[in-house]
Amino acid sequence: MSFIPHTAADVGAMLCEIGAESIEALFDEIPAGLRCAGLERLPAAMNEAEVTRLMQSRARADGLALNFIGAGAYEHHIPAAVWQIAGRGEFYTSYTPYQAEASQGTLQLLYEFQSMMASLTGMDASNASVYDGASAAAEAILMAVRAKRGARRVLIPAALHPLYRRTVRSIVAAQGIELVELPWEAASGTTNWKAIAAGAQEAAAVVVAQPNFFGVIEDADAATDRAHEIGALAIAACNPLALALLAPPGRWGSGAGADICCGDAQPFGIPLSGGGPYLGYLTCKQPLLRQLPGRIVGRTVDLDGKTGYTLTLQAREQHIRRAKATSNICTNQGLMTAAATIHLALVGAEGLHRIAAASHARTRELCARLAAIPGVRPLFPGPFFHERAIGLPRPAAGVLERMVRNGILGGHDLSQDYPELGHALLVCATETKTGADLDRYAEALAEALSC
Amino acid sequence: MNIPENLRYTATHEWVRLEADGTLTVGITDHAQELLGDIVFLELPEAGRRVAAGEECAVVESVKAASDIYAPLAGEVVAVNTPATDDPAAVNRDPYAAWLFRIRPDDAGAMAGLLDAAAYRHAAESESH
Repeated sequence: MSFIPHTAADVGAMLCEIGAESIEALFDEIPAGLRCAGLERLPAAMNEAEVTRLMQSRARADGLALNFIGAGAYEHHIPAAVWQIAGRGEFYTSYTPYQAEASQGTLQLLYEFQSMMASLTGMDASNASVYDGASAAAEAILMAVRAKRGARRVLIPAALHPLYRRTVRSIVAAQGIELVELPWEAASGTTNWKAIAAGAQEAAAVVVAQPNFFGVIEDADAATDRAHEIGALAIAACNPLALALLAPPGRWGSGAGADICCGDAQPFGIPLSGGGPYLGYLTCKQPLLRQLPGRIVGRTVDLDGKTGYTLTLQAREQHIRRAKATSNICTNQGLMTAAATIHLALVGAEGLHRIAAASHARTRELCARLAAIPGVRPLFPGPFFHERAIGLPRPAAGVLERMVRNGILGGHDLSQDYPELGHALLVCATETKTGADLDRYAEALAEALSC
Repeated sequence: MNIPENLRYTATHEWVRLEADGTLTVGITDHAQELLGDIVFLELPEAGRRVAAGEECAVVESVKAASDIYAPLAGEVVAVNTPATDDPAAVNRDPYAAWLFRIRPDDAGAMAGLLDAAAYRHAAESESH
């Protein structure tokens, strides 16, 4: 079968068959205000040779800089076996399966992914993944609003990743859901959960970022308890690697734990690239199982009693329930899920703990070196994972530019999203960095500040 | 098709029984459970909820579909069959015993607008052809 799009004659014949005048007429029911006129900024089509040249020149421009940027996507060592296995045709070319049960290998892999994510987050159930952490956060909020019937306010920390907040707003704002931002405290960089007013009683959920965007560890127990006190669900938004060291959200607080957990599993075997593809995960407690959107794989037995895997709990999804579906998700991030599952299987629980601990140690060591540079100071004193907000004596943008000339990506400029922090940089050192790398960073930063 | 003579029906496959206290008990018909197949989950309304005639107020989920259940008349939900949520298959076994919820209708006279057994049989049969 050819993948060449339909010819004008094909299109005309199909429109004629269904009695529509034009393609546009098929979209009549969508109000004009919601329709996009065109994609003006899309460049003209290129052929394969032109695209190859463009991509090669972009790759050269990226260079081979030493990377200290985290801010939601993290550089970790990826064992060669991960993509060797994920690159096999059975994984690499298969889209989310439509004849699902014919693809037992794919379903088993998704089932293993779900089991690992549920275990890591301390939850009862997981779906087979969504596009990225930001859309997972939006889906978690929609789950809570459905479960809480009627309560349409959700409290989200201003210290949640800015892109998560923007994505959440894009997805939920038009659905009549009110998002209320919880401020962070200037001294600690953490959210004051106890200050959530009783007036917030109509809230369906409280989102807790762990660690938060500044890399700081939040008091997740207090957050979960306060959420439950005001009758809201607690949604954890976590870097799943951090959970190798921190308490799993399912055990947060003094009661039954957080209700939903979401985030990006990119740190598990998925390389950094310009915005993705990354890997959203979404897990929850048993009572919310029927609100969990997307594909869910279950384990069962066939007529002969042999173990088999099947898509389950699909009755509320789009392909069956159409406009009344639980969500508009009808797919999962198949290839990235394969890579993450293989990665987790390779490193195991102990390996994951070691990676997380080493990343934390490298960031500590980096901060120790930075403390010797005049005018450079950590902005928040509390515990952190593998990322820290650093105050600088001059604007971060210029400093970063000078560091790039020395082959170092020095961090993420926080002043874009948090101007109140002044000249501030978010810096991350994972297990991929050596002592010599940290020395180079400290030297380059000192040099950039001195000129 | 088991369609008891003593009940009233809707075109959307709910059965309705007028109780001595003036409330209406609502469930799904034998024909409906047959179409749905193995029922695995019931989502029932909360007691005290006001419903309009024809409003979606429950969901019956089977292995192959999740179907809305509609309020046959306007009124207030006064009871729900909570034990049935622990054993949804009861709706398959005996749909006329495994009721879903009870409504106190605003206007009991509106019962006259519902289908009798013969009319429901006719509607169900013509739908399946």
